[in-house]
Amino acid sequence: MANEVIFHSIHQPESWKLSSYLATGGYEMLKKVVTEKVPPEEIINQVKISALRGRGGAGFPTGLKWSFMPRHFQGDKYLVCNTDEGEPGTFKDRDIIRFNPHQLIEGMAIAAYTMGVKVGYNYIHGEIWEAYERFEEALEEARAAGFLGDNLFGTDFCFNLHAHQGYGAYVCGEETALLESIEGKKGQPRFKPPFPASFGLYGKPTTINNTETFASIPYIIRHGGQKFLELGKPNNGGTKIFSVSGHVNKPGNFEIGMGTPFAELLEMAGGVRSGHKLKAVIPGGSSVPVVPAEIMMDLTMDYDSIAKAGSMLGAGSVIVMDETVCMVKALERLSYFYFEESCGQCTPCREGTGWLYRVIHRIEHGQGRAEDLDLLANVTSNISGRTICALGDAAAMPVQGMLKHYRNEFEYHVEHKKCMV
Amino acid sequence: MANIEIDGRQVEVKDGSTVMDAARQLGIYIPHFCYHKKLSIAANCRMCLVQVEKAPKPLPACATPVTDGMKVFTQSESAIRAQKGVMEFLLINHPLDCPICDQGGECQLQDLAVGYGNAASRYHEEKRVVSNKELGPLIATDMTRCIQCTRCVRFGQEIGGIMELGQAGRGEHVEIMPFVERTVNSELSGNMIDLCPVGALTSKPFRYSARAWELTRRASVSPHDGLGANLAVQVKANRVYRVVPRENEDVNECWLSDKDRFSYEGLNSAQRLTQPMLKRHGEWQECDWQTALEYVANGLKRIRDDHGAAQIGALATPHSTLEELYLLQKFMRGIGSGNVDHRTRQSDFRLDAALQGAPWLGQSIVELQEVKSALVIGSTLRKDHPLLAQRLRQAVKAGAELSLVNPVDDDLLVSVANKLIVAPSNLVNALSQVLKALAELERTEVPTALAGISVTPAAAAIAASLSRGEKAAVLLGNLAQHHPRYSELHILAQEIARISGASLGVLGEAANSVGACLAGAVPYAGPLGRDAGTGMNAAEMLATPRLAYVLLNTEIELDSHDPQQAVRAMEQAELVVALSAYRHQALNYADVLLPVAPFTETFGTFVNTEGRAQSFNAVVKPQGEARPAWKVLRVLGNMFNLNGFGYNSAEEVRAEIIARGAMSLHEACNNQSRNIQLGDAAPAAVSGLQRIAEVPIYQADAVVRRADSLQRTVDGAAPGAVMNGVLLQQLQVEDGEMVVVRQGDGSTVMRARRDDALPLDCVRVAAGHPLTATLGPMFGEIVVEKA
Repeated sequence: MANEVIFHSIHQPESWKLSSYLATGGYEMLKKVVTEKVPPEEIINQVKISALRGRGGAGFPTGLKWSFMPRHFQGDKYLVCNTDEGEPGTFKDRDIIRFNPHQLIEGMAIAAYTMGVKVGYNYIHGEIWEAYERFEEALEEARAAGFLGDNLFGTDFCFNLHAHQGYGAYVCGEETALLESIEGKKGQPRFKPPFPASFGLYGKPTTINNTETFASIPYIIRHGGQKFLELGKPNNGGTKIFSVSGHVNKPGNFEIGMGTPFAELLEMAGGVRSGHKLKAVIPGGSSVPVVPAEIMMDLTMDYDSIAKAGSMLGAGSVIVMDETVCMVKALERLSYFYFEESCGQCTPCREGTGWLYRVIHRIEHGQGRAEDLDLLANVTSNISGRTICALGDAAAMPVQGMLKHYRNEFEYHVEHKKCMV
Repeated sequence: MANIEIDGRQVEVKDGSTVMDAARQLGIYIPHFCYHKKLSIAANCRMCLVQVEKAPKPLPACATPVTDGMKVFTQSESAIRAQKGVMEFLLINHPLDCPICDQGGECQLQDLAVGYGNAASRYHEEKRVVSNKELGPLIATDMTRCIQCTRCVRFGQEIGGIMELGQAGRGEHVEIMPFVERTVNSELSGNMIDLCPVGALTSKPFRYSARAWELTRRASVSPHDGLGANLAVQVKANRVYRVVPRENEDVNECWLSDKDRFSYEGLNSAQRLTQPMLKRHGEWQECDWQTALEYVANGLKRIRDDHGAAQIGALATPHSTLEELYLLQKFMRGIGSGNVDHRTRQSDFRLDAALQGAPWLGQSIVELQEVKSALVIGSTLRKDHPLLAQRLRQAVKAGAELSLVNPVDDDLLVSVANKLIVAPSNLVNALSQVLKALAELERTEVPTALAGISVTPAAAAIAASLSRGEKAAVLLGNLAQHHPRYSELHILAQEIARISGASLGVLGEAANSVGACLAGAVPYAGPLGRDAGTGMNAAEMLATPRLAYVLLNTEIELDSHDPQQAVRAMEQAELVVALSAYRHQALNYADVLLPVAPFTETFGTFVNTEGRAQSFNAVVKPQGEARPAWKVLRVLGNMFNLNGFGYNSAEEVRAEIIARGAMSLHEACNNQSRNIQLGDAAPAAVSGLQRIAEVPIYQADAVVRRADSLQRTVDGAAPGAVMNGVLLQQLQVEDGEMVVVRQGDGSTVMRARRDDALPLDCVRVAAGHPLTATLGPMFGEIVVEKA
């Protein structure tokens, strides 16, 4: 069941070209919904049946999100694709754009048709220039072939899609910061409510989805929501791309059905590098709590299973760590990232991320104090849930996860001024 | 409406309200920093986190909309924990340098730290240090203290109309800063000092001079522009140390213009006149009051007896109080002269006989903010009336269309929908075009005088904007009132307002422009418009020199329409009596200087441009031998044995004009001229170059002229001779080069400046500035030559 939805055409020569995409039935579904005037309600219903959930990390049901968009709103509305993939451990969206950009374009066009949108943007992370250029090429191809633009397929449906290159700030992956950034402002999350569905880009109703989410749409239209759902498991429909990195023999992107056992995914990634054994896994990108090996090996790769283990599937970015990893050092690096990437808007995150990093840095460098661990736990609880966006939580969760499962390593560092690993 | 419960108390609030709004309605205080009732919601400080029933985490009260049945707890354990957590974060990188911080004692962070902070810090890491920023002569910075609430940034964007501060950087490295190498130049910049909840932005002129708790706060009213901003003057040891706003939603809201805020420096100027002075045998000598007043009385009596009272003229500024102006005219009329006027910058008085009341805003200041369309005629509004401009800025933000007919096209920091930028000589024509377009649009009879006028598209657009049937205002600004054809501009504006259904407003140039008319300090009418015989207006008094002048608070060489003519008249006079708070150029032409109290040292009343009478008490004792001018005039009245000069207090003077308790005098105000004869509207033929003169914001009156910090701002810089690039080229002058500017027999050397928005054949040379005090009429012919 691998590569069923997104990477199904990856074996094609130059799979990113329009010709390759067309050879595998590309844009047929767009043409079908537009020319046959498939009722939008029907499309939304299929997306709901598919149990497709937001692939950017939050896992919000896509069909439900689409139903929030005021379909009959007169005036400008926008569709935005979030390709601002910037969290440590994530690298799936860039490969979607590199190897199958047209499926994303088709998915967005179908979404635009469904929600009555005429203009869309794909916000691409500032540090993946090659992917950005490839997407621009794909846009040109699609425009030239009449899949983007005005009066598509001779109907009154118009959809103009633009690529927008970000500048690399992690926080711009937060959807409202991303909108601010497109508007040319400093990328800082907005307070919600109002939500983008009512007050989004330029203050207009806007739907924002992740790259992988949009790219899953053509499959759902072609095969129906039920078939997509069955690729995964109930409430966790479809396949999902897992980006496996760290101490495995074959790191990379793996598109597999939701609910696949972690052990199988690890196997696909060539297993833990030889001579070493699995210590822990960060299953969903650097912001989610770490899961120790013994727990992880019993989990399946889907939203619900990982959540039950106290972590999150996130964007499916699986960071594998073997026994050589010092958790203090790992956390120091993670905390530096959040310290560096906090936008600085909300007090707890602006001030707290630096505090966390400095304390962990001290512990790592043999200057920890006995009270530091409780202090860290307390500071994270003062950050969590107290900020406009989830970056504060993202900074707190790795600390909380590490302290929960590996407190002994931190205590050892404090006591012995050195690493136990 | 929604019913919600906060801390167990029920309240009904409007839909769309926030939890903070509801709490304020109940009088429940929720700690906050970034929230400010006049600014947009940022929700970034997180201090106002409260517990909301059924919400999984604490929510910011400032940004959380109420829903019916919502239950909020501002003091619950979860709320307090959240608030204390935020306070700890705010303090970890704060320098805690309260003992050397000017904000100490009036610091929101300090106050709230008492309630929500810990006794000791758990933060033992390195603290952040942020470099200070040079924001100009008014705002001092200690940016390490900044808590990033962004109030100052939002103020600029939303109230000031210009974003001069922004938040650059990310995370812990965010910094509030101006644009590279720029200072903060907004005429409303001082409000950022008030808004700053910590000591990051403090007052530079006040810096390190007193502690907040040493100062006594006394209510007063601004003596500057027509708004009449309410002031809290802060005093220590009989000296004014600082001025901050006294909130009045109907007038200045919680804001002050920088002029209102920082002009107090002028009160403590070394130029203050503190002893009566007499010129004897060409030498100035200090003397006592008795000697000085006897000299004045004898001198005036002699001239009256020898040459008639009509040889005596009185000129005042409309920055004087109602009581002073009333007594001045009462004294003048008492000794037999009707020559009294406060309109020293006006040149066209043809409308005087047709006026039916004191010219005023025509509506309340609050109503001005609600207009849907406004036409401003002859004003750089944000410099003439900074906070009225702010009201219009809010109106425009709410959808109003602003139109402008003016000779200059400065950035008003508000979007101007339509504008007609024409030479002063074409203002009447421009306004005639608007009237004609409007008459055609409204299908009323086009006045015959306008038959030959051709309507430009801009004029048609202005007419269309006014004729939409919504609340509109036509406003005559300072420049229009000083214009040599003001009568026609007024009549045209009146007709435009009549046909479009707009309200007609005359923007009072000074704090007491309306009060001066009501006090009868005009030759055409006595107090409250009562018949008072005849007299000469300001222009006549100066064009036909009098033998004696009484000057009240005016520096005539800076305050008059034609300083050359004014100074010549003074020099020719036998007796010039100057009642002034300052030693100034009058030393060159006056014979007696009588030290009078500025507004902070006397009881007085200003009637603002909306007809609101606002009285104030002295906040300090007069400096030296200075006396309130009303007392001086009362004694002079006694010396002439005039009836009705037995006042025991200024309140008694006030009571003679205004009934006790009366606040609004707008019944006595009226902008409608009885005469609506339209003159020749054809563009005037002009030879040579025309001068465009406005009074710079910090040169408008004697007090502000001596406010050193304001003089060091961009607005306080020496004025240039500003011209269109085409004209510069014709004169073979480069932008920035020095030029000789000549009017009549006076000249001055200034820097040429280029502004391509100016009409051709015009030279913009400010009036009211020492550099241009040797020049002639504000809109007269002017010569520019290479220096």
